[in-house]
Amino acid sequence: MNKIQVITSINHEEVEFLCEPQETLLDVLRETLGRTGTKEGCATGDCGACSVLVDDRLVCSCLVLAAETGGREITTIEGIATEEGLHPIQQKFLDHAALQCGICTPGLIIATKSLLDRHPDPDETTIRYWLAGNLCRCTGYDKIVRAVQDVARDLAGPA
Amino acid sequence: MAHVVFPGHLLAVTDGEAELDVPACNVRELLAALEQRFPDAGDELRKSTIAIDGLICQDAFLETLRPDSEVFFMPRIAGG
Amino acid sequence: MSESIDYKLVGTSPVRPDGVDKVTGRAQYGADLNLPNQIHGKVLRSPYAHARIKRIDTSRAMAMPGVYAVITGEDFPPPPEHGDVGGEAGGSIGDLARVIMARDKALYHGHAVAAVAARSLRIADEALAAIEVEYEVLEPVLDLDAAMAPGAPLLDENCFTKNLPEKTDKPSNIAEVMVLSRGDVDQGFEQADVIVEGEYRIPMAHQGYIEPHACIANTNEAGQSTVWCCTQAHFDFRAITAKVLNMNVADLKFIASEIGGGFGGKTVVYLEPLAVLLSLKARRPVKMKMTREEVFRATGPTSGTHCKIKVGAKKDGTLTAATAWMAYEAGAYAGSPMGAGAMTVFVPYDLENFKVEGYEVLLNKPKVGAYRAPGAPQSMHAMESAMDDLARELNMDPLDLRLKNAAEEGTRAPYGPKFPVIGLKECLRAAKAHPNYTRALPEGAGRGVAVGFWFNFGLQSSAEVHINENGTVTVVEGNPDIGGSRASMCIMAAETLGVPYESVRTLIGDTESTGFSNSTGGSRTTFATGMAVVRACEDIIAQCRARAAVTWGIDEDQVLWVDGQAIPASGVNDELKPLSLADIAENAAKTGGPLLSRASLTAKGAGPSFSVNIADLQVDRETGKIDVLAFTAIQDAGRAIHKAYVEGQLQGGAAQGLGWALNEEYIYNADGIMENAGFLDYRMPVASDLPMIDTHIVEVPNPRHPYGVRGVGETPIVAPLAATANAVRDAIGIRIHDLPLSPPRVLAALDAAGD
Repeated sequence: MNKIQVITSINHEEVEFLCEPQETLLDVLRETLGRTGTKEGCATGDCGACSVLVDDRLVCSCLVLAAETGGREITTIEGIATEEGLHPIQQKFLDHAALQCGICTPGLIIATKSLLDRHPDPDETTIRYWLAGNLCRCTGYDKIVRAVQDVARDLAGPA
Repeated sequence: MAHVVFPGHLLAVTDGEAELDVPACNVRELLAALEQRFPDAGDELRKSTIAIDGLICQDAFLETLRPDSEVFFMPRIAGG
Repeated sequence: MSESIDYKLVGTSPVRPDGVDKVTGRAQYGADLNLPNQIHGKVLRSPYAHARIKRIDTSRAMAMPGVYAVITGEDFPPPPEHGDVGGEAGGSIGDLARVIMARDKALYHGHAVAAVAARSLRIADEALAAIEVEYEVLEPVLDLDAAMAPGAPLLDENCFTKNLPEKTDKPSNIAEVMVLSRGDVDQGFEQADVIVEGEYRIPMAHQGYIEPHACIANTNEAGQSTVWCCTQAHFDFRAITAKVLNMNVADLKFIASEIGGGFGGKTVVYLEPLAVLLSLKARRPVKMKMTREEVFRATGPTSGTHCKIKVGAKKDGTLTAATAWMAYEAGAYAGSPMGAGAMTVFVPYDLENFKVEGYEVLLNKPKVGAYRAPGAPQSMHAMESAMDDLARELNMDPLDLRLKNAAEEGTRAPYGPKFPVIGLKECLRAAKAHPNYTRALPEGAGRGVAVGFWFNFGLQSSAEVHINENGTVTVVEGNPDIGGSRASMCIMAAETLGVPYESVRTLIGDTESTGFSNSTGGSRTTFATGMAVVRACEDIIAQCRARAAVTWGIDEDQVLWVDGQAIPASGVNDELKPLSLADIAENAAKTGGPLLSRASLTAKGAGPSFSVNIADLQVDRETGKIDVLAFTAIQDAGRAIHKAYVEGQLQGGAAQGLGWALNEEYIYNADGIMENAGFLDYRMPVASDLPMIDTHIVEVPNPRHPYGVRGVGETPIVAPLAATANAVRDAIGIRIHDLPLSPPRVLAALDAAGD
């Protein structure tokens, strides 16, 4: 089968890969490029474990064809921490014990970043609806929501 | 001596006996005595969880039995 | 309640040692490993729920370029005739072998009938399509009533009901019966002023872990295999794989990856023997991962059930008698949580007269697996709903009714022995005193309460403790960390040794590098493996005292261990400077070599854990949709080692229980094909479905554990089912007996009541 050449940017780094037409961004991230931080829970767009940002838009990478991502800027969990250390969202997830098994955590952190980029001061309902595409089976979401609230409080700074 | 109680589902292998007193100083002796008395019961009894005076043990064998000990055989439990 | 002990670390909530890797995507789960030269395995699954396999022709698939191996039941040794896996959802090893790969019969839609290994997943899929299977399609048996009816089509002509008073020679789909009884129920009901009865059905439900099963096996020409997989029990997986493939345990090395949820579902082996065998034939590493659809169709959910309950009480609320009849789906092969259901149905109460009749039933659905407190949510949903009805009949507060009859230390449990110290009454009193119980409800909302329970268990555990040259500590144990257990082990080790939490790291060893441990399941890890860790740390302390004694040239009994350092006993040798763990480790070469210890044990005396839940909810009378307004989970943890992760167990179990109560169910069509095998249609709770889940940890320490641990993971899923059903009863004035309380069912109940 003829492969398609794609040049894109992942976490601000130019990446070139070959893919088959039916391969998803999730397939290419995990299998071709070895970026296994993005998880597969269903491959049908229902669980959010594979959440990434494409041009700052929150998507399930299992629903995006890899061949469509040429020239885009893709952000995955591997690109969230910086040289200064963990992103505040990552730190608050740890501080609040907002993960148990941790398989949904990369997707939830990406979704939270997307939320806070748009709504820096969300109320609980906004947080819950924004994260409704990311299944977590361990925590009951309580500590996740609290972690997100705490990040938002810190971002708002002293009143 | 220990007072042994079998649950309903084991009565098929204990000739219908639900309770009996068995002279035994530990579970090893108890199992041996029961197996001699109920030759068909050995497997089922060894697989069972055993409660000795309220202490629930899987794989009981060496536990000491007091003269007035109460021993219950229970289905094996593991959990999720 | 709990005696006050001044712990430094037990009961705190430090960041887990494996945390950074899990928030940055570094942590490697089942499907995250790739090996050089690896190929991909896929499973061909039965399109029929019940069929005889007449013939399988794999020749076309085998001839395809890029296909390296094809296996069917014929490539396996005969299923072992002896041996079984204990526990609620265990079964005979022979049957587990048939779940892994069907032999002469396919017993559920999705049953594995062949497997291939190929260069790519695409080629593997094409190869599966090229395998020809000739089936003789049989009538499927899909519900409990039909399966138990005389003349029902049989799944297994050699299944004779176990435990009947008289041996039977008539085969049946009823695999096993169980009876538990005490006293005289007829007399008990005669003494009753009020009797309530109810009949309850709950459909099959799945654990719903987010990570599908995955593994990679690398088998060499000598038949030695290394298997990397997501599992709750890599030692148990090694044992089952060895038995199913007739291999030597020593030729199998199992490495547990990080695990993306299990809840009991990853105590069962499905893929690993297939991958080992495919890899042996293909002489390459074989990676296998299930799709979500395969997880639903072909792994073990928990039993659908049918329970009938009758409870009698005097005017003052004293229970006089109770009976329960319960049937549990086992799925395609024997082994179900029916026994646990029978033992738990009346467990919270001091009951003189009761009778429980349990039936385990085969039908053409996947063989059930363990799911969090297996069997108890279904049976206790029935009893706790009946208790709610009884409280209404008696015009009593439902918590008071339960307190009046609650079991306590010395009460004889329905399964026989007397309870050791338990915290049920403490939980009930905590619920009564909780502000969430007395807070005013919004107009039209309802509130329900229910009790939950799990036995908790011990089994075998091993642990090693290594003291590094700078005095830091490495704990090695064999229980995959599914919800933060590394942190709990670090806390217990640091507390025992008297060193900072940060100086301890916990490692999960593979089957070749650490001692045997049973599964991470049954709420046993913090209890049993924790006990091994504490014991190994106590040995380190003894060694350190000896090292300090030889360093100082004094008697060992003149050395004390206080706050992480050796000090001379007071009065003599006061001039000696204390030696810290780091000091002793630095000097270890001169005092006897590296400091290391180990402990292995069969843990006994796990403490039963009771819970009480309070649910507040509102029912939309137009649509039947339920909004959960508030939820309070109260549970006796014995003692919480890592407080936040104990709260997390309570909250997560509540969410799973709420999902089961409100929406989750296996929906089958008439051919036995599950119609909702995906997360879109198998509707688990999402963030917007739930409120904050308030927790209250009761601590009635378990005297059999050095820190009082009972185990917390199982119990939280039990009470939400009845608490939710009782809250709906409170909100709409109608008892809906069956679950889930999905909008169509609630709407139908409202319509039937003429609402």
